Amino acid sequence: MSGPNTDYDPVEVTPLKPEEVEASRDAALAAIAAATDLAELKQVRIDHTGDRSPLALANREIGALPPQARKEAGQRIGQARGAVNQALGRRQAVLEAEHEERMLVEETVDVTLPTDRIPTGARHPLTTGAELIADIFVAMGWEVAEGPVIEAEWLNFDALNLGPDHPARTMQDTFWTEPPENHLVLRTHTSPVQARTMLSRTPPIYVVCPGRVFRTDEYDATHSPVFHQVEGLAIDEGITMANLKGTLDHFAAAMFGEGISTRFRPSYFPFTEPSAEVDLVCFVCRGAGVLDGATCRTCRGEGWIEWGGCGVVNPRVLTACGIDSERYTGFAFGMGIDRTLMFRHGIEDLRELFEGDIRFTTAFGTEL
Amino acid sequence: MKAPVSWIREYVDLPDGVTTEDLAARLTALGLKLEAIEKPGDQITGPLVVGRVLTMQPEPQKNGKTINWCTVDVGDANGTGEPQGIVCGAHNFAPGDHVVVILPGGILPGNFEISARKTYGHLSAGMICSARELGLGEDHDGIIVLPEGAGAPGDSAFAVLGLDDEVIEFEINPDRAYALSLRGVAREAALAYDAPYRDPADRPVPEPNADGHPVQIDDPAGCPVFVARTVRGFDPAATSPDWMVRRLTQAGMRPISLAVDVTNYVMLEIGRPIHGYDADKIAGPIRVRRAADGERLTTLDGVDRPLSTEDLVVTDDSGIIGLGGVMGGETTEMSSTTTSVLVEAAHWDATSMFRTGKRHKLTSEAGKRNERGVDPVVTQAAADRVVELLTTYGGGTADAGVTVVGTPPVATAIAMPDDLPARVSGIDISRETARQHLLAVGCELADDGYLPPPWRPDLTDPYDLVEEVVRVVGYDQVPSVLPREAAGRGLTREQRLRRRVGRLLAGAGCVEVISFPFIGDAALDALGLPADDVLRSTVKLANPLSSEDPSYTTTLLPGLLKAAARNLGRGATGVSLFETGTVAFPVDRGPAPIYGVDWRPSDDELAKLFEALPEQPLHLAVVLAGERERAGWWGAGREAGWSDAIGIVRRLGTELGVDVEVVSASRAPWHPGRCARVLVDGTELGHAGELHPKVCQEFGLPPRSAAVELDLDLLMRRARDVTPGPEFSTYPLAKEDVALVVDVAVTTAAVEAALREGAGELLESIRLFDLFTGDQVGDGRKSLAFALRFRAPDRTLTEEETTAARDAAVALAAERTGAVQRS
Ligand SMILES: [Zn+2]
Repeated sequence: MSGPNTDYDPVEVTPLKPEEVEASRDAALAAIAAATDLAELKQVRIDHTGDRSPLALANREIGALPPQARKEAGQRIGQARGAVNQALGRRQAVLEAEHEERMLVEETVDVTLPTDRIPTGARHPLTTGAELIADIFVAMGWEVAEGPVIEAEWLNFDALNLGPDHPARTMQDTFWTEPPENHLVLRTHTSPVQARTMLSRTPPIYVVCPGRVFRTDEYDATHSPVFHQVEGLAIDEGITMANLKGTLDHFAAAMFGEGISTRFRPSYFPFTEPSAEVDLVCFVCRGAGVLDGATCRTCRGEGWIEWGGCGVVNPRVLTACGIDSERYTGFAFGMGIDRTLMFRHGIEDLRELFEGDIRFTTAFGTEL
Repeated sequence: MKAPVSWIREYVDLPDGVTTEDLAARLTALGLKLEAIEKPGDQITGPLVVGRVLTMQPEPQKNGKTINWCTVDVGDANGTGEPQGIVCGAHNFAPGDHVVVILPGGILPGNFEISARKTYGHLSAGMICSARELGLGEDHDGIIVLPEGAGAPGDSAFAVLGLDDEVIEFEINPDRAYALSLRGVAREAALAYDAPYRDPADRPVPEPNADGHPVQIDDPAGCPVFVARTVRGFDPAATSPDWMVRRLTQAGMRPISLAVDVTNYVMLEIGRPIHGYDADKIAGPIRVRRAADGERLTTLDGVDRPLSTEDLVVTDDSGIIGLGGVMGGETTEMSSTTTSVLVEAAHWDATSMFRTGKRHKLTSEAGKRNERGVDPVVTQAAADRVVELLTTYGGGTADAGVTVVGTPPVATAIAMPDDLPARVSGIDISRETARQHLLAVGCELADDGYLPPPWRPDLTDPYDLVEEVVRVVGYDQVPSVLPREAAGRGLTREQRLRRRVGRLLAGAGCVEVISFPFIGDAALDALGLPADDVLRSTVKLANPLSSEDPSYTTTLLPGLLKAAARNLGRGATGVSLFETGTVAFPVDRGPAPIYGVDWRPSDDELAKLFEALPEQPLHLAVVLAGERERAGWWGAGREAGWSDAIGIVRRLGTELGVDVEVVSASRAPWHPGRCARVLVDGTELGHAGELHPKVCQEFGLPPRSAAVELDLDLLMRRARDVTPGPEFSTYPLAKEDVALVVDVAVTTAAVEAALREGAGELLESIRLFDLFTGDQVGDGRKSLAFALRFRAPDRTLTEEETTAARDAAVALAAERTGAVQRS
């Protein structure tokens, strides 16, 4: 540092000479402009604005000036430092933007790399299918009823108007538990759930009963000793076959699309009288029987698909279940869930449903 | 039931232009469901004619075969009237025989065009046909030789062979046994077209008298009517007429002999099963009774059968000669030397027929009709028709004696409210319409309602009559009307929870499986279950499909383990499967009662019935085998292990708002040191962990495969219903990490519980973040590092408060578990 400058001559203090200050400022600005990355700029900042930078050193000399000269010199230095700091800030922003841009480019990844670290799970189409059916009925205000699979003989047969000598008892070859005198069966249909509902509730009753059922069928592409049914039951005042038709038409349209309806054919079920078979308009050819000039594979050219059975609940069943058959009428229907899924999805072999092959089940992962 | 259209038309005058398809469709709409239409001549185009063989010259060929060079009279069918020269490879005919000839220009099934062609040195102008070439069967032993009088040379062979007669096969529901006859099918056809009908059973029959074979009915409930007629001097060598053979064949029955064919024919025609005995082998009067204990009978099929006291039998002085209505006995069987036939047309109680058929595992065309209910009124007509056909085609004479014992049961009138058809069907059906339709199906008006016709034993209730009315009106007339809106409560709690559990598991990468719930010792052994394991106490099936798996299952694991192995065997590198399903545990609370159906059982009675059922909880099982996380560009894969299984249990608990407790346990089929017992409030839900190495081996799964099996019902029962709104602080968090060294036998849960309790209310959460063993911590010791997070609801915690809470936590852990803090 210079000694006291008593005779007031700023020019005597070399670092404070205007040309010296200007030169320091210009050198700083040039270095800033020349800095190509943030590291260089950092060094420039140290070199030109740090404690040992020429402008900082010059600033310290201000004290050496006589008081009347300090103001002017201070202004001069301040302006130069301001210009340098401003340039530094601008350059910093530019270089930071450049740096960020470069970093993002460098961090580029191959987004097509596989990401399947955890394998995909899936629910079974029989489960989601049964839920879809349940939801259609729940939306109409129905409820979903369930019951045990090992069932009392009385509930599986007698209460449903299948007496001990009813031919239907052999038609549906039944699994009996040991000893048969215990009168327990693996339920042959979900109808005992309907009986349980009628026994435990008072009308109006609107329930669907999806569930697993058993018959002693050999296991092949279209038969299984274990399969799944959904049955429906409505008991109310003034229920008619027309309500049955309306309900099934609604069900068909909800499950297979607008315009898909049903037709009835006379049939026989002990549980119902009158009884009907339900056919569904083929949802693939929409009843035409032909598709693109060829016989429709789904309905085999018939335009209709056999879907299930239905009818007006036999008053004997109402009586056995404690419902006043003079006051109430009811309807019931039932269809195979497995079979419905088979034709809905074009599944050729029923056994695929029970093999547990994950390739089969995950294919249904998009099912709601 | 196969019904030739020409046979139907014999009894009903169908309108002009009715096609077989139309007829089948109308009958289907009435309840006789179309199965198939057989059109035997569909694939043949003429000229197919009857020919008479004039000459045949055998000519041996170089290839070892001998061909016949024939001339055949085909009348004017060839346009010239000259004999037709045809080469034929068959040898089962002779000059003079009538054969079937297809002339050049004709087409046989398989689009096989016939033309005159040079072969074996002759110009062969046509072909003499075999049954197979005509699509009439597989018989290729030779050409068809027509019976005598089956047409003249040049006649079209279509009619002669029945090729122009279409056959409709119907599926007949059990309530419509009357439609198991042409009489019944034709009646429905008449109903369908409102066309004139002739009842083949409506025939004059001789008056019963006392000169017939004596018959006594001891059990009129089992056998209300027994008609016996006798034909003598019958020619046992007589053959069935060609038309009868054809109709039997069309109807799917095998022609056997005239006597047998006639009884079958009449059964098809009228619906009444007939039994024919060799009259010369019957000794003394016929009696019908129930069998006595210990009696036996060798039936026609050669089976010696012990009889039940419920079986109805036909006897003579020699003993039992037949199982009434089901099958005759060997001793009185008609044979190739039978010249006297006793014709039995009896009405049998349907229930007895059903039980006897079931007991003896006998199914027959006769039994099928008898057990479903046959018209009891037509016994005489049927017997008389049999006598007529036997004497016409077999010679001999009918005895003047006509035995008719008993009277047919009479139906009772059914009262049907006039508005019932409309009320049930939702179709506007007037009283007049209902009456008209019921009369059309054969009902008669009685004072107290409608009297059903005798061939309709199925009509017993007003609703049965409604079905008759509605099917005649047409099921297609039923309008489509939604019922009133029901006020449902939506899915039940369990139903919603089950969906949630399924979605959670699928989201965790598990694939749902549905397996058959049957199990046997092999699978239970493979699980390594001890002899007294509760899972070995199963509900056994009386008639299992396979003796390997004779019980309803007590565990879902074998099904899943097999499915896992199947997937790995098919190339999967890892598989995570789950199943929710019912298992069953036997209860010994006696048989389920059988109640009547005329009124509702009382609540107590129902409770007794429900109690008799086995316990049937819903289980959830998961199996994880092989790669749980895949290897990839991110690094190595990870095999499934015990922690994945327990992790799934914990996630389930979190999802359902249930505090599941995991304690170490030892239970087959799990690894004894890597098995967790899962508890909720002290109740066992099930187990999870790594499978025993032997179990993995048994099921062909990689080592360290893991599994879970829980009682899902129990878990769902404890699921939180209403979640209280959480309260949480927004003051700053204070973190403290502690590392504690304990004996390896001390569980993390125990240390964590002590820390939690010791830390007190300020502790917000605690989490194990590191675990290690080794030299640094010493033999038999392990280091557990926990991250503790503290926060107060109302203030920022001071360092002193946090430290004090941490120290209290460590102190309690030290006291409870011997934990020593690592410095
Ligand atoms: Zn179609």
